[in-house]
Amino acid sequence: MVFGFGKKKVKVVDPENSEPIEAELEVEEETIEVEEELIEEKPKRSFFQKLKDGLRKTRDIFSGRLKKLFTIGSKIDQDTLDELEEILLSSDMGFEVAESIKESVSKAYKNKEVENDTEIKLFIQDEIKSILKDGLENTGKPIQKINLNGPTIITIIGVNGSGKTTSIAKLTKSIVDGGHSVMLAAADTFRAAAVEQLTIWSERLGVEIVKPAKTGSDPASVVYDATELAIQKNVDFLIIDTAGRLHTQKDLMAQLHKMHNVIKKKIPEAPHETILILDGTTGQNAVVQGIEFGKVHDITGLIMTKLDGSAKGGVLIRMCKELQIPIRYIGMGEQIDDLETFSPEKFVDALFE
Amino acid sequence: MFGDLTEKLTNVFDTVRSRGKLTEENIGQACDSVRKALIEADVNFTIVKDFISRVREQALGEQKVKKIKAGDYFIKIVSDELTSLLGEGNAEIPFVKDGPTIIMMCGLQGSGKTTTVGKLAYKLKNEGRKPLLVAADIQRPAAIEQLHVLGEQVGVPVFSKQNSTPPEICIEALAVAKSENADVIILDTAGRLHVDEELMNELHLINKKVKPHQTYLVVDAMIGQDAVNSAKEFNDRLELDGLILTKLDGDSRGGAAISIRHVTGKTIKFVGMGEKLDALESFYPDRLASRILGMGDIVGLVEKAESAIEEADAKKLEEKILKNNFDFNDFLKQLQMLKKMGSIKDLLGMIPGIGKAMKGVDVDPKQFLVIEAIIQSMTNKERLVPELIENQVSRRKRIAKGCGQTMQMVTNLLKQFKQMKKMMKGLGKAKGMFGGGGMDMESLGGLMGGDQFTDRDLQSARSFAKGKVGPSKEAIKAKRKKEKAQKKKNRKKKK
Repeated sequence: MVFGFGKKKVKVVDPENSEPIEAELEVEEETIEVEEELIEEKPKRSFFQKLKDGLRKTRDIFSGRLKKLFTIGSKIDQDTLDELEEILLSSDMGFEVAESIKESVSKAYKNKEVENDTEIKLFIQDEIKSILKDGLENTGKPIQKINLNGPTIITIIGVNGSGKTTSIAKLTKSIVDGGHSVMLAAADTFRAAAVEQLTIWSERLGVEIVKPAKTGSDPASVVYDATELAIQKNVDFLIIDTAGRLHTQKDLMAQLHKMHNVIKKKIPEAPHETILILDGTTGQNAVVQGIEFGKVHDITGLIMTKLDGSAKGGVLIRMCKELQIPIRYIGMGEQIDDLETFSPEKFVDALFE
Repeated sequence: MFGDLTEKLTNVFDTVRSRGKLTEENIGQACDSVRKALIEADVNFTIVKDFISRVREQALGEQKVKKIKAGDYFIKIVSDELTSLLGEGNAEIPFVKDGPTIIMMCGLQGSGKTTTVGKLAYKLKNEGRKPLLVAADIQRPAAIEQLHVLGEQVGVPVFSKQNSTPPEICIEALAVAKSENADVIILDTAGRLHVDEELMNELHLINKKVKPHQTYLVVDAMIGQDAVNSAKEFNDRLELDGLILTKLDGDSRGGAAISIRHVTGKTIKFVGMGEKLDALESFYPDRLASRILGMGDIVGLVEKAESAIEEADAKKLEEKILKNNFDFNDFLKQLQMLKKMGSIKDLLGMIPGIGKAMKGVDVDPKQFLVIEAIIQSMTNKERLVPELIENQVSRRKRIAKGCGQTMQMVTNLLKQFKQMKKMMKGLGKAKGMFGGGGMDMESLGGLMGGDQFTDRDLQSARSFAKGKVGPSKEAIKAKRKKEKAQKKKNRKKKK
């Protein structure tokens, strides 16, 4: 075992060792047990279930440590708080957020607002939920038709390998299922076979696609053609796939800017949505990505992908807090239906449950 | 972000330094800042915890070392510890004697496996090998096409097969390699989550049937705390032979490298530095250590400078500076060298200390274009004797008109140029810092109008680079000697 914290996990999970703790808890926290039962009864393999499955391993460590942290020690001291901070840090929420939560817990404890682990857990959950929601009315809001007199245009942006094309496929599926028509624009003219990848999805989904004349041609021209065609054919949505680019690449960011300008020439208020795709395993660099991509165009929402692994995506909390970007969807797997509208409650509950 | 962290750490080290002694209190403070920097750099928090306690112990334990400045000593402890955590880089691929060497690539989705396969093939082909690429990713639509396109670009064969399972494809590839006369087989497997039982079993099966000689895990440099979980799982299932870190050309600090290295104990073989086929580089632990800490990559800077500056040009320029004959033609040459070296901002980020001065300042390469245009609008005589322009309004007017800029811009440039020349005069005494006075920190700093790069910054950077900044070492020594001599002189004068 390399990690000290891994050892602790074994203790909690090990039935022999954990039994006495569980027994203690049952007496003290009957209300919690009831709550958990209620949650378990929710729809089968729902989003929540998937999220829980995905997060199981880490969740065990997370809540196990949290429980242990506040039940065994009789009072909260600096060590307890430091350990709490570490638990929070393991979710990728970043140093500042973890620190601020730690401080408010400490304050609340001193003021006797919270006294045991259950209350502290709820307290932290509420803190995070409010960060995810405060001033962000579009949190968890699905894509809707904004432009009533023509195509609603959505640009999809993000770094390489974040899952843009797959997310577009999922998004398209959900829009088509809602009875709207969708056109795709393959404006990733750079990566080998990116156009083919989107073409395969368009065929599977039965939607129209606008492709570049050849690899390496100007993506702005694809965007121009697509916008024109979308208006002409009066489709409900035009979703534009862009090449993955690191936000440090000035030329590529300028190119992205140009694409947005081309759209504006046809429809001044477009693109109606600019969605940043963020890999769920990403650490603190996500914030820089948000800032830099936000300079090209106002980001109207975020989709976090690959949350079906053991990564907890805690950096979302930082994105909301520091950049005020609403989280719209999360990606939970490779299937075309694995896109869920984001729910702060479910996200946080699953994180700490 | 880059500047931010550099600043914080610089501040800590400065305070520790200024007090002259390592005390329990300032060690604590410094450790807190390092801890925060490491967390922000995505180093796993348990590793950070152990790391900090080791650093603290060492710093407290060795207080009696008096020869070295306290702050320098602290930095040394941190950088040594970090570098040792990162292990030695080793870009050697052990090839087998008989038959083709089989290399398997695996990793999470979107980590950059297929691109890396292309880069590796390019590298091996250039080394005279005959790689065969195998498309074993049947999950992602068009992944096979992507590999074919890459294969074509590199000029190596690609094997793919419809309606077969990945293990079947890989087994068949062994026979294909024989007929293609390939000596290296690179398996491009599908991206998968380490918690995906089914796909992990598939990988295990390929591993069992094909028995790759080398198995590399491809990891996105931007990955966060969860890096330890995925890397551990892949290593447990497959027994990895090496790690490849991708997308390091971005601005992530790459702390995950420490996490994956620590949890697998395996060597980091290569790092991906861009989208082009040749952007696969060897791994240097000391460079990444300073990047993680935000101390700047001084070695990288020197290397970049070396590749962009012609030795002869640099020498000529140096002579001119020494004689204070630096004119606008030389300035133009310098600008062009700068442009060759790539993005100015990247460049500045590599310089420890400058990050601090440049905080919030966006250096626009277009500014250099303007300067170039102004210079190109001058006659050769004017370039050689800038005073001509200074004394005649008509000349300034003509230059401004010729390059489409205002007269104010021309005047500004003249001022800047004069300042720079003045600075270079001083510099001339401290002969060629980087083996060629053409492109050094101070004139760069002066050019940008930012704070000057201090000797101390260079010193700390050097302790990071562990003396790998060869040419500058002597230059600094020479400079120091001269300074000392100068001070002595001054003191004598006062007396």
